[in-house]
Amino acid sequence: MSNSGEIWVIGEQRRGRLEEVSLELLSKGTALSQKMGVTLSAVLLGDEVEEVAREFVFHGAEKIYLLEDVRFRYYQSEAYTRLLAGVIKEHGPQIILIGATEIGKELAPKVAAKLGTGLTAHCIDLYVGEVDAVTHLIHVVPGWGGNLVMHIICPQRRPQVVTVKPGVLPKPVRDENKKGKIIRVKSDVRDQDFSRIETVEEVEEPPKGKALESADVVVCGGWGMNALGDFSKVQELADILGGAVAGTRPAMDKGWVDEARMVGQSGKTVSPGLFVSLGASGAMHYTTGFMGSKVVLAVDENPQAPIFQMADIGVVGDLCEVLPCLIEELKKDRGG
Amino acid sequence: MGLEVLVCIKQVPHPDHFSEIRLDVGSGRIIREGIPAIINPLDRNALEEGLRVKERFSGRVTVISMGPPQAQKALEEALAMGADRGILLCDMAFAGADTLATANTLFYAIRKLGKFDLIYCGNETVDSGTAQVGPQLAELLDIPQVSGVREGTFADEKILEVKRALEHGYMKVRLKLPALLCVTRDINRPRLPTVRNIMEVAQKELIIWKAKDIGAPPESIGLKGSPTCAAGVYEHKTGRRREIMQGSTKEKVQRTMARLKELGAI
Repeated sequence: MSNSGEIWVIGEQRRGRLEEVSLELLSKGTALSQKMGVTLSAVLLGDEVEEVAREFVFHGAEKIYLLEDVRFRYYQSEAYTRLLAGVIKEHGPQIILIGATEIGKELAPKVAAKLGTGLTAHCIDLYVGEVDAVTHLIHVVPGWGGNLVMHIICPQRRPQVVTVKPGVLPKPVRDENKKGKIIRVKSDVRDQDFSRIETVEEVEEPPKGKALESADVVVCGGWGMNALGDFSKVQELADILGGAVAGTRPAMDKGWVDEARMVGQSGKTVSPGLFVSLGASGAMHYTTGFMGSKVVLAVDENPQAPIFQMADIGVVGDLCEVLPCLIEELKKDRGG
Repeated sequence: MGLEVLVCIKQVPHPDHFSEIRLDVGSGRIIREGIPAIINPLDRNALEEGLRVKERFSGRVTVISMGPPQAQKALEEALAMGADRGILLCDMAFAGADTLATANTLFYAIRKLGKFDLIYCGNETVDSGTAQVGPQLAELLDIPQVSGVREGTFADEKILEVKRALEHGYMKVRLKLPALLCVTRDINRPRLPTVRNIMEVAQKELIIWKAKDIGAPPESIGLKGSPTCAAGVYEHKTGRRREIMQGSTKEKVQRTMARLKELGAI
């Protein structure tokens, strides 16, 4: 690790609305920059997005590199990749944090490959630590089996690039008194940037049913729901609790939930007040999807299942008995 | 004429057995003995899309995979689904690769194979799920790429219009061939191998290449070519209460509700 070279957050906005994960990264970036004694900056591409840049300042960015162009109404893959790689080469940051949104997951590997540098996906934490008596940025990623995590480092090449999924890091604090410098970078966008590939339209499709990311309660069913034949009891429990329905990967493979409702490493990360896990054994690929939840309730028939290590309250039992009983008792409770 | 199509696939452990996979804390090695292996589910969608392109424009579908010798099974299955030839990149020199070194390995193999009009990948694997190799490979090949493709329509033989998934909606992206597309499960329903195709597998070409066969410089592949590396395996401190409710079903449920109320969760 060195004390020269800034930490950069690649900010993301869509049609002038900032993506929350950018702010989550700024809070982590603030902690890292203070520890390392370096500057925290953000980069933002878009069309007339200075207001978003100012929000980044209120959330801890000391400098914003702003690249604006009228053709940046939508994310444009080649233009964004080329400009980002260019501005990174010019200023030489040592660490780059990118939100693993649907767009960030595409942009980060393109930029990292263009720079020939290392990229770690879906970190659940980042901190400055020692490996064999050498200081590194430790990228913590989910491992296999039970609750094991792996530490990844990027010893040589710079900048090191990492992505973090939305909802994994804590929400940042906004402070309008914070000061920062907005640096306008001449974007030199060319027609060729759009000749091989161009985003021509963006269409919004609101989610069917209660939105997962903002729900206070999430009820998530796994493979064990097979015992009940379907997902209707998951929905019923979610309805009583005013929560959203989710599923594990096997539940999605079964067709019980849409991909948009899959919780886990390659799906959504949620951090509700209450997360209820029904009939899922607790592979790390799943449990990283709800680690930030305030309270976790798990029901599974296998007392050895790793899920009980990740839960506040565990009920070992047959879902066919426990779930109807829980629904009935909650109904009574709500009715009286 | 027709189109040259390449499909990148990976053999992965079956997701239903994920909770049986262990990490050796000392070495960081993944212990997956006895766990059934399958073609990564989204890679089947990638292959299906490639086969449909061939059916429409004629041409050839090549499948490629980097992996251990047993990954040949995955390629044979892809041939049974209708692919024309398979390439297995198999060498200890490829081992320990991170996503960039994997993309590099594929890049050198593709350079040897020649020009492709379309390259399809599954958007991500179920095991590591980084979704990185596709975009990295496209960057190395210097061709346009889109992730999260849920629908693809040809405007003509050289122009594709795709819908790429966003969190709540999609973007419409127009791109010129040659291009690389990373597809999602919504794009199609992968076909099953037919008896005729299974019979033909033995006649189809299945090539195994080592690092020297593709002319990959040792410093760009495997562990050496990986900018990132593992630095250990640790237990994740969850700080959870881990209280197991006791009693009959009804008692367990009532105790659960009482605790949830105390914790302010309901």
